[in-house]
Amino acid sequence: MSTLRVSVWRGGESGGFQAFEVPRLESQTVLDVVIYIQRKLDRTLSYRYACRVGMCGSCAMTVNGRARWTCRTHVGKVAADGSLEIAPLANLPVVKDLVTDMTIFFDKWARARGRFNGTATRGEDFARVRPESPERRLADAGIECIGCGVCYSSCDVVAWNPAYLGPAALNRAWTLVNDARDNDNRTRLAAVAGDAGCHACHTQMSCTERCPKQISPTAAIAGLKRAAAIAALKGEI
Amino acid sequence: MTSDESLTLRTQVLLWTAQRVSAAVLAVCVLIHLVTIIYAVRNGLTAAEILGRTQGSITWGGFYALFVLAVAVHAPIGLRNVLAETFNWRGRSLEITVLLVALAIALWGFRAVYAVFH
Repeated sequence: MSTLRVSVWRGGESGGFQAFEVPRLESQTVLDVVIYIQRKLDRTLSYRYACRVGMCGSCAMTVNGRARWTCRTHVGKVAADGSLEIAPLANLPVVKDLVTDMTIFFDKWARARGRFNGTATRGEDFARVRPESPERRLADAGIECIGCGVCYSSCDVVAWNPAYLGPAALNRAWTLVNDARDNDNRTRLAAVAGDAGCHACHTQMSCTERCPKQISPTAAIAGLKRAAAIAALKGEI
Repeated sequence: MTSDESLTLRTQVLLWTAQRVSAAVLAVCVLIHLVTIIYAVRNGLTAAEILGRTQGSITWGGFYALFVLAVAVHAPIGLRNVLAETFNWRGRSLEITVLLVALAIALWGFRAVYAVFH
């Protein structure tokens, strides 16, 4: 049986990589490697996961320099030379080892007014949204986000401008801008515009490149830029 | 939510819009400028030939005035972003600095246009 050489981040904001040797198995995922280390080699290793099947979005880490879901990343895909470097997600405070504090990430969803704001009451009929309507298609393109933080961790603008809302929050806002039932768009466009919002994006597309759900936050942000610029020209924000 | 409280949200968005519009203008201006250079130097490059083309020409004077205006709008807005992101420099001191850069570009640019037009 061959062996994987694995470097794992230990500590908080300051710390260092610790080396482990893990048996290489068939169809092994990076999460399998982390679980093996915690169960067999060092029980003090902290990390976060839940579903193991790409549904919950809690196991994202930096694997060989790139943010990924560890549960859906096969070792064979990323460790061709038999070595792995596993670190916590970038752009978020480290709690311990591989666990980051995602408070700011989700706070920014709230700041971007990522909450549905409908006006219909139970006395009214269902809203009828045609599946083929342009707005529905634009919303469809972004609604599968599960909030894993891979895009946020991959974004250079977040690193350069800590107030920047980030790709996930802006993608969420764009799905609501295109939701015919929501009536909060003027406030939402004001919340996502400007130097800390969509207009800070450099269109480098790291978020789109690395999104495990193949969502394009870049396209959502481009839509917000246009909508907010038009609103600003009209004097609405 | 803004990272820079010294400008209103609307101003921030209009700056972004102005930079995009000026970029579109610059794309055309740079193309015309480069084609003109390649065309103009085919028989060697002399000051007399350049001045012969530009002096008294409303077309060339207007073209280069537009070029300078687009640069004076585009470059300082970009510089503002670069300085904010690279040096974490934000706020009124940055706004004043890039405004001075814009005025300097416009001043020297229009002076150069006037020199070849006059």
